[in-house]
Amino acid sequence: MSPRKNKIKDFLSALPKNIFSGFVVSLIALPLGLGLAMASEAPPIAGIIAAVVGGIVVSIFGGSHVTIAGPGNGLVGVLLVAITTLGIESAYAAIICSGLLILLLGFFRMGKLADFFPSSAIQGMLAAIGLIILGKQFHIMFAHKIKREATLDYLYEIPFTINDALHYQNKGLIFAALAGVISLAIMMFYAKIRNKYLQLIPAPMWIVILSIGFSYYFEFIVHEVNPIAKEYMISGIPSIQTIIADMHLPDFSSVGSFPFWSSVLAITLIASIESLLSIKAVDKLDPEKRRSNVNRDLKALGLATMGSGFLGGLNVVTVIARSSVNVNNGASNRSSNFFHATFLVLFIVLFSTQLTRIPLPALMAILVYTGYKLASPNAIKKIFSIGKEQLIIFFVTLIITLKIGLITGIVAGVITTLLIHIVINKTVSLFVRNVMKPNVLMYQEEGQDNYYVSVKHFCSFLNYYKLKDKLDAVPEDKDVIVDFSLCSFVDHTVMENMYNFQELFKKRDGHFDVIGLDMHDTDSKHPFALRRLLPVPNIIKNNLTRRQTSMESLAEDYDLNYKSEKQKSIGFLNHFLFFNTKTVNHIYNQLSYKNNVINLFDIEFSEGEFIAKEVIRSTMLHIKLDCPIPEFTLDREGFLEKVYSFAGFKDIPIQNHSDFSNRFYLLGDNEEAITAFFDDDLVHFFESNPYYHIESNGESLLIFGKERLASIKEIKALFDFGKRLKDVVEH
Amino acid sequence: MSLQPFKSIGIGAAFSPNLKANLHEAARLSLFFKSKLFLIHVGEVSDDKVKMLKIFLKPFEKDNLNYEVVYKSGNPVDVILSTTEEKNIDLLILGAVQRERFLKYYVGSIARKITRKAKCSVLLLIKPSVERVACEHIVVNGLKDPKTEQTIKAAFYVAKQLEANKITIVEEIKQEQVSVKVDDDKSLRKANIIKERIRLRENSRIKDIIEHIPEKYTKNIVTKLQPIFGKQGYSIGHYAQISRADLLVMNAPRKMTFWDRLFPHDIEHILTELPTDVLILQ
Repeated sequence: MSPRKNKIKDFLSALPKNIFSGFVVSLIALPLGLGLAMASEAPPIAGIIAAVVGGIVVSIFGGSHVTIAGPGNGLVGVLLVAITTLGIESAYAAIICSGLLILLLGFFRMGKLADFFPSSAIQGMLAAIGLIILGKQFHIMFAHKIKREATLDYLYEIPFTINDALHYQNKGLIFAALAGVISLAIMMFYAKIRNKYLQLIPAPMWIVILSIGFSYYFEFIVHEVNPIAKEYMISGIPSIQTIIADMHLPDFSSVGSFPFWSSVLAITLIASIESLLSIKAVDKLDPEKRRSNVNRDLKALGLATMGSGFLGGLNVVTVIARSSVNVNNGASNRSSNFFHATFLVLFIVLFSTQLTRIPLPALMAILVYTGYKLASPNAIKKIFSIGKEQLIIFFVTLIITLKIGLITGIVAGVITTLLIHIVINKTVSLFVRNVMKPNVLMYQEEGQDNYYVSVKHFCSFLNYYKLKDKLDAVPEDKDVIVDFSLCSFVDHTVMENMYNFQELFKKRDGHFDVIGLDMHDTDSKHPFALRRLLPVPNIIKNNLTRRQTSMESLAEDYDLNYKSEKQKSIGFLNHFLFFNTKTVNHIYNQLSYKNNVINLFDIEFSEGEFIAKEVIRSTMLHIKLDCPIPEFTLDREGFLEKVYSFAGFKDIPIQNHSDFSNRFYLLGDNEEAITAFFDDDLVHFFESNPYYHIESNGESLLIFGKERLASIKEIKALFDFGKRLKDVVEH
Repeated sequence: MSLQPFKSIGIGAAFSPNLKANLHEAARLSLFFKSKLFLIHVGEVSDDKVKMLKIFLKPFEKDNLNYEVVYKSGNPVDVILSTTEEKNIDLLILGAVQRERFLKYYVGSIARKITRKAKCSVLLLIKPSVERVACEHIVVNGLKDPKTEQTIKAAFYVAKQLEANKITIVEEIKQEQVSVKVDDDKSLRKANIIKERIRLRENSRIKDIIEHIPEKYTKNIVTKLQPIFGKQGYSIGHYAQISRADLLVMNAPRKMTFWDRLFPHDIEHILTELPTDVLILQ
């Protein structure tokens, strides 16, 4: 068969999965699109238009694989300014112009634009955007619409709004505020509840479903008017005919004015930075380990933004939360982005009148949560742990962004970073003299496959792009050594990026080592970034929890090794399918048996990004095998698996063991080898033992029960199961 | 090919704290290369000066060092340049300056002017020493340039005379030669194939040059080829620094213009940041 035909066949066989994940993503995109548009004071449908145009255009012309395009949360701040100062028609013109600029950025290969900003400044800017969203929507969430001049005023008034809400007399307002608070609670606690049926529908969609259900309950069962005040319901979701009929043309009359162009610049800057950062983050999650063509994606996003602006929609950017949900639901190519747009169109065509049953506060709760996630105290804590000076950069950017504006804020962040670098190094000449020099040398030694990269002088956000250029030219399954020993200063931005490269290479079978920083450690000149990269094992904690002491005594009783400390060396987990779309943070409470052949540990990993991010702790068992076995995944058969198999995941039947095939769900590529591997003994073993999720990566097995930490009793059972399974497999 | 390129060696003899070390280095090289040493002093003759130079060069008398002192007053740059021409000097030795506090060396303004204008080969020394520091590893450029063949030959000659045991020939390849820009997996694969092809081509070109050098000079010397994709002139210096080379041998640049100094390339990079001793061959 020719390779071309193969491609079409692959595409078709992956189609059901992509339709499925596109559907799940559209469930989030619908409420988020409405909410983001309303937060920017655009008509709610503008967000959906952006998502639809983005989904269609970017899936056709884009260069990334599993990203989702749509209205972005980072843009709310700038779009709000644009719409309030220019008016909605001129704002559409500004969006179209920014689309053109983004298109040009793509043509000029400016995909590296995002690398020119210090990461703490970007963090500060994102936090400011978060506060802008949170500050404004918080009041609407409590059914207390206010209008203020400055962003900061909205934040100051939060306590007053809460106080007011506690003393509402009007029943309509009380119900509206309740809808907001309950929705916020759903957003916050959704990730904590690990129930696979509940998790099938994303939290924002639950809010939509519940509030529509609530409205129907009053209409059909209680026969009363919806108790939520009328002005706090979504208004103006036009039907598809009116959308087409009402299309207003963008107004280009203010094209010559200064505020117009400053808006265009701000929108372009934020849109491209948000997209670039998201693409980078999603690439790390791609199960097929592909590399996105950033510049092509920028071109597509620019084109989509222009189209969206003409049709009355917002900017189109790559969005991280929706993309990570996309990956987690099994998307494998751009078609899922297309289907997400298709489902959105279907929703609008079929249910546009239902959407007016959603209370505004409920929708705004989603945005408040988004804003909170952007400016969460955790982010600040993380920055503080990197270094005090990073906190200065962060807060300077944050405050100036809130006080003056986004562009000024990010410029201030860059200048502060530069000044801090100069103060820390006590020299200007180091930077002035060397900033233009091609300070990165990369070569492959003759006859060797690994790449050696040496960096001279200094390496900071100013010249990081040179290093990145070189590193980008290395396939991720190779070995790279980056040597900073000739470099007298390495900043936080670079260290963070080095860490990201390390993660990426680890996931794709390569090695990425950073050397030559040992000397810097004693040098006191730049301690901050270093600690990040060469994490010193945590100081042994003396106060073990009760579970830990029981594990310790368990280890003594059964002759196991027990280590309670966090461990970051988790390379052995990388080849398991289960972790393909998840990021493992660390393992701890490790019990090992016979030279690490059998290993039981608690593990912390995260799934999804941003508002879809969920941190999960679980207990798992890892068994190293002596002989290779086929790769497979085995779990109990359930309703969800039926849904998945509907979406294209294939269950492998085992001949003559229909009971096993009915009860278990077996997945794998090499069907022949797997059926041969599951002989009578093994099938009998699985049939007569409790259910676990079991995965093989060819040379070792990963076994776990539930997606939560196991009790001591469960640990014993799991250990015993593992030991016996190893015996059966190796016979 | 004349495999004794350095018949006469010149060195500027200014009475500085470095003078003794400079003279020792120059004298040792003259003995290694069996060449005549010219000490060029910018200034008038005086008994003190004559005596002092004599004392410094005393240890080399037993080896029959052939040397001559030239006294001439005037602008240092002009004096040294005119004397090199008059005396037919093949190799001029210049000292580098160390940037305070840092372990970084650069070429001072006078030496830099001389380097740019000199019509003979120039050797820039970063750390002249009275005692000999053995030269073990020589890095030489393998640019695609008509001068390169001669340069590589001379490097082997120098290696032989200084008893260095390793030569690395660095082929700097301009990034522009890789016609594909890396965007995604496909273009990355393409770019790497092109790079591999260029690498093989460059290596075979250099191997061809080495084959034409008399075996007398190439045997017992470990020869390594190292293609590098990077900025010309800068990457080789960087490479020489990290591979701890003792001598870097380079082609003399083609004619310099004003623009070349404004947008430094090739040799200019090396002059602002001497990675090691540098020999610029004319």
